[in-house]
Amino acid sequence: MESELPPLGQLRWQCRRGMLELDYVLIGFLDRHYAGLSPEDQRLFIRILDFEDQLLLDWVMGNVVPSDANIRRLVALMQMRT
Amino acid sequence: MTLARRRFDALIIGAGGAGLNAALQLANANLRVAVVSKVFPTRSHTVAAQGGVNAALANVFEDNWHWHMFDTVKGSDYLGDQDAIEFMCREAIPTVYELEHNGVPFSRLDNGKIYQRAFGGQSQNFGGAQAARTCAAADRTGHAILHTLYQQNIRARTHFFDEYFGIELIRDEEGAILGALTLEIETGEPLLIEAKTTLLATGGGGQVFRTTSNAHINTGDGMAMALRAGVPLMDMEFFQFHPTGIAGRGMLITEGVRGEGGYLINKDGERFMERYAPNAKDLASRDVVSRAIVTEVKEGRGCGPNADHVLLKVDHLGEDIIAKRLPGIRESSKIFAGVDPAVEPIPVFPTAHYMMGGIPTDRLGQVVIPAADGSEQIVPGLYAAGECACVSVHGANRLGGNSLLDILVFGRAAGQQIINNLKDSPEHRPMSEAAIDQAMAKLTRWEQPGEGISVRELRDEFRKVMEDHAGVFRTDEIMAEGVEKVKALREKLKDVRLGDQSKVFNTARIEALELENLIDIGMAIVLSALERKESRGAHSRPDYTERDDVNWLKHSVYFKEGDRLDYKPVQTKPLTVETFPPKPRVY
Ligand SMILES: Cc1cc2nc3c(=O)[nH]c(=O)nc-3n(C[C@H](O)[C@H](O)[C@H](O)COP(=O)(O)OP(=O)(O)OC[C@H]3O[C@@H](n4cnc5c(N)ncnc54)[C@H](O)[C@@H]3O)c2cc1C
Repeated sequence: MESELPPLGQLRWQCRRGMLELDYVLIGFLDRHYAGLSPEDQRLFIRILDFEDQLLLDWVMGNVVPSDANIRRLVALMQMRT
Repeated sequence: MTLARRRFDALIIGAGGAGLNAALQLANANLRVAVVSKVFPTRSHTVAAQGGVNAALANVFEDNWHWHMFDTVKGSDYLGDQDAIEFMCREAIPTVYELEHNGVPFSRLDNGKIYQRAFGGQSQNFGGAQAARTCAAADRTGHAILHTLYQQNIRARTHFFDEYFGIELIRDEEGAILGALTLEIETGEPLLIEAKTTLLATGGGGQVFRTTSNAHINTGDGMAMALRAGVPLMDMEFFQFHPTGIAGRGMLITEGVRGEGGYLINKDGERFMERYAPNAKDLASRDVVSRAIVTEVKEGRGCGPNADHVLLKVDHLGEDIIAKRLPGIRESSKIFAGVDPAVEPIPVFPTAHYMMGGIPTDRLGQVVIPAADGSEQIVPGLYAAGECACVSVHGANRLGGNSLLDILVFGRAAGQQIINNLKDSPEHRPMSEAAIDQAMAKLTRWEQPGEGISVRELRDEFRKVMEDHAGVFRTDEIMAEGVEKVKALREKLKDVRLGDQSKVFNTARIEALELENLIDIGMAIVLSALERKESRGAHSRPDYTERDDVNWLKHSVYFKEGDRLDYKPVQTKPLTVETFPPKPRVY
């Protein structure tokens, strides 16, 4: 059975990061895109939140391209103007 | 319901570089140490420090700690305490080697030694040629340091309370600190942590200003906790602003953009810096450029629908140069400002970056209440280190690369001193129910039912007031108005209510607690700034344009009770070398 998704409050707190750039990108994504995602993509976003700040920043700034195509797709959404 | 309690030898609130370096000393000495952090430790703000950490290793050019000390004293505009600065600059060298030993992957020279880059404000031979003093792990120094320290702490069995929020310090009638009341964010349940010593390492508070480069977590919680425990805050008027943050957002657009030929324009397309600084123009010092931007906006020449920013023009440099010499700027601007700088100018406004002031400590990290005669009274059981503390090594202005150094050196020193002190105080002091109730009231206050002002509404209003009245444009009139406005907002805080009273991951409740902290330190900033009638370092006033060493070579000390200000002399005597007497600060 699939595990239940965490409450929104928890995700909102997990979007609080050590870098201002990530605060904006992640909270923006949560507010604008998360609710409309498929359950698989919602789970993927939750997984993305577990990655290190530095890697997330590298993805968002385009310094590093994620090898996983699905992560690439979500990161592209994050890069849209926040 | 009974309140959950835990007991430790030492409690550290904050898991950035300062907190983790202190914790490591304690855990390695086999003490029971708890580290409380409101976010997962490696998400602390230290992770954002890209530039590096200063130490006179002399790997690139000749260098020594005494030259580093001179630069730091001069950079501080002579407000830094020279004993603490000497200590920091000497300790810098073993500190960096210790980090290297612990596994921080510093960038290297061909000969295998740690690479060092040159930064502004660094000189050889007391103001001579450029020095190269900053050690970096590529452009991710903060990340590398934080991860290394975290791993070491895990190995040393430091006890982490991740996603716990420190609410209030507990103290006894003699003023000794006995631990803190915290909140488990996940469950919304309080936890009382009793400790023989408590170290505040909660970082800075850039979020007091509307535009800041600091992450959302930087709300000055530890400083506000100290204030409410009767401890003053020192030199709070000194806040470093960077002239070009992305307007409305705050992320830094590096000085390099103007170095490469980018320039600022107002709504008429005028290159206004030519008026304010005919020679240096856009490369004038940070405070001059910041003040010019705010003046343009104030006088109605701002850009955008709200006329609240100016523009940084770079498109004339061409796509090639932008890509080659200014990497990251294009992405940042596209994502956060919605403009492609190769085509359109970037909207910018001064952004609050670094807090020089904080909780007064001696160079062993012990929190001290300074008296005007220069004597210091130690607060038993309380320590502070990192950006929330004021040792003071940055004085009126911090040099790039010196704050990572500060958090590491004084985090470590605090850890060592705690170990020493614990030898003499093996017992926990008793905690009275009244003291616990008082702390609990901070939390239960947010359970008041009914309609009221929202946290967000008051926070937005407050941060705008701080930007307008305690930002880069500081005159008597503007700041006096600011004091009144912040007082009024502090009153209004009583009318704030939480719509959501749930417990599990109720982030609204955390934001309410943070807002209270922001307002407490906001008052310290604006009042200290109003009263300092001179320009020194980052505190720059058009109505008192000169530094005044006769009347103002002293630290401001703000007490919350009665909004009282006091002053204390600067320690101009170093530990072993001669004093650097104040001189005009020209570069
Ligand atoms: C964009 C940027 C770039 C920078 N670059 C450099 C640089 O290159 N070189 C340099 O020397 N300096 C740099 N600085 C400054 C430097 O990063 C900071 O001064 C330093 O990292 C602060 O470290 P700290 O350990 O004091 O606090 P932080 O790293 O901010 O950690 C604070 C900790 O306290 C915790 N905390 C806060 N409040 C609470 C609470 N109520 N309850 C529980 N936990 C709490 C947080 O969770 C966190 O763990 C930079 C700053 C910025 C904004």
